[in-house]
Amino acid sequence: MKRLKTYLKKWLSMSPKKEKLNSRALLIFENTSEVIKAENILKKEGYKVMVVGPPPQIRKGCDLAIQISIIESAGILNLLEKRKIKPLEFLPLSDDQTLRPVELFHIKDFGDYLMVRAANIKLTVEKRTLKIVNISGGGCPDVPYLASLLIGKTLNDAPFIKEFAHTLCGYALALAYQKAKELLCLE
Amino acid sequence: MLGIVGILPYSDIPVMVEKPILTEESCLIVKNRKIPIERGTSALIASAMKVLKWFEKNDHILCFLVGDIGKGEGSKALYQYLSKFLDEDPVSNLIEVFVFHYILPDVDGLIRVLMSLENLTRKPFLIADAGFMYVVKMAGYSNFFDLFTPDVGELAFLADEKAPHPFYTRGFLLAEEDQIETLIERAYKYHNLPQYVFVKAKKDRVVQNGKIIYKIEEPFVPALEAIGGTGDTLTGIVSALIYCGYPPDEACRASAILNRLSGCLAKVDPSTQIDKIIQFIPEALEIYELNQNVA
Repeated sequence: MKRLKTYLKKWLSMSPKKEKLNSRALLIFENTSEVIKAENILKKEGYKVMVVGPPPQIRKGCDLAIQISIIESAGILNLLEKRKIKPLEFLPLSDDQTLRPVELFHIKDFGDYLMVRAANIKLTVEKRTLKIVNISGGGCPDVPYLASLLIGKTLNDAPFIKEFAHTLCGYALALAYQKAKELLCLE
Repeated sequence: MLGIVGILPYSDIPVMVEKPILTEESCLIVKNRKIPIERGTSALIASAMKVLKWFEKNDHILCFLVGDIGKGEGSKALYQYLSKFLDEDPVSNLIEVFVFHYILPDVDGLIRVLMSLENLTRKPFLIADAGFMYVVKMAGYSNFFDLFTPDVGELAFLADEKAPHPFYTRGFLLAEEDQIETLIERAYKYHNLPQYVFVKAKKDRVVQNGKIIYKIEEPFVPALEAIGGTGDTLTGIVSALIYCGYPPDEACRASAILNRLSGCLAKVDPSTQIDKIIQFIPEALEIYELNQNVA
């Protein structure tokens, strides 16, 4: 019992020092039955989610929302899309305001190569061949995996990367890829 | 021992604790499996091993690895395994420098690991980069660590006390080269920096207690920014140098030069892959040491 108390005391003292609100987001749905369906799907796949009431200023549709981990948002949204459930809105949260993504795109021209930066991810393409030659940045586990799918492919024959993204880093990579395609691929 | 924690981009690798073998063909061999050296934790391990070999400490390395392609199951298993290992295996007390790298950020998993680290006989020198650095900042434990190695975008994330991830830093915190000093000041003010920070940028900065002590801009190799894994090799080199006895500030300065020099020797362009740069780390070390002796 003494050991357990010591363990619990230690656990409490080591709890996150900061409120975890900043690492969460809300999914807003059209109606309650969609909330319930989405909750069931996500919990079955092992995601930690919670049904909550959205703040008054962002109430749309039904009065329930699902709170998710912001880090895993890309994978969660992909899963719901596959199951044909589309949230009305995706809202990252912070203490006093809704978070917005960083100013998304920066472009750097290396002469024969073009580098597109989206948030913390950089994707570099050889202009002449449209081949994706390098991907750098990020820290979440899907980035090295997605990079292995993309490197060596051209912008036109690369896989639809958004489908494989599970995290915000993966999502940023998908955005960088999309932007590079817009800039370099002429219809 | 130098401990390295991270994920590999495969879905079928279970949690393992191994001393990898570095081959001449740009591969790691871990439990009889060939892992190509690419951006990510494999690049960090390979670059650390090149430095360890230079100092004749080849087998002073222990890697905690798992496969994870982003879904997070591997990462969750790694947090649990690592915590248990630190609690139960006496080898954990031999780890003097510990590097934490790519992983899915998970605050609960992190807390368990930190509790276990606190119970060690002697706290290792703790280095965090990539996903692990994100979750350490999210949980508010930056000053439990000793060294972070962010790029400029990640520094903006550290500077924004409300940002949960580099994707969501607030608009007034620009991730630009000329804002680095401001970002460092703000991150330090909000206790989101450990004692040492290495900022990977066009002009690298070495920071101690919130103050810039070194700026390194040569050799200048512009293509390095585009090459995936150059941040990972930097972290691998600095970890190994600290393990081999370099003071942290000198290790940071030296690793900036070595990383750039390796890129220079490899004659890189934006399409160069990281394994080519890693091959030149020993030559870079030779040149660096020669210059130190002459000086």
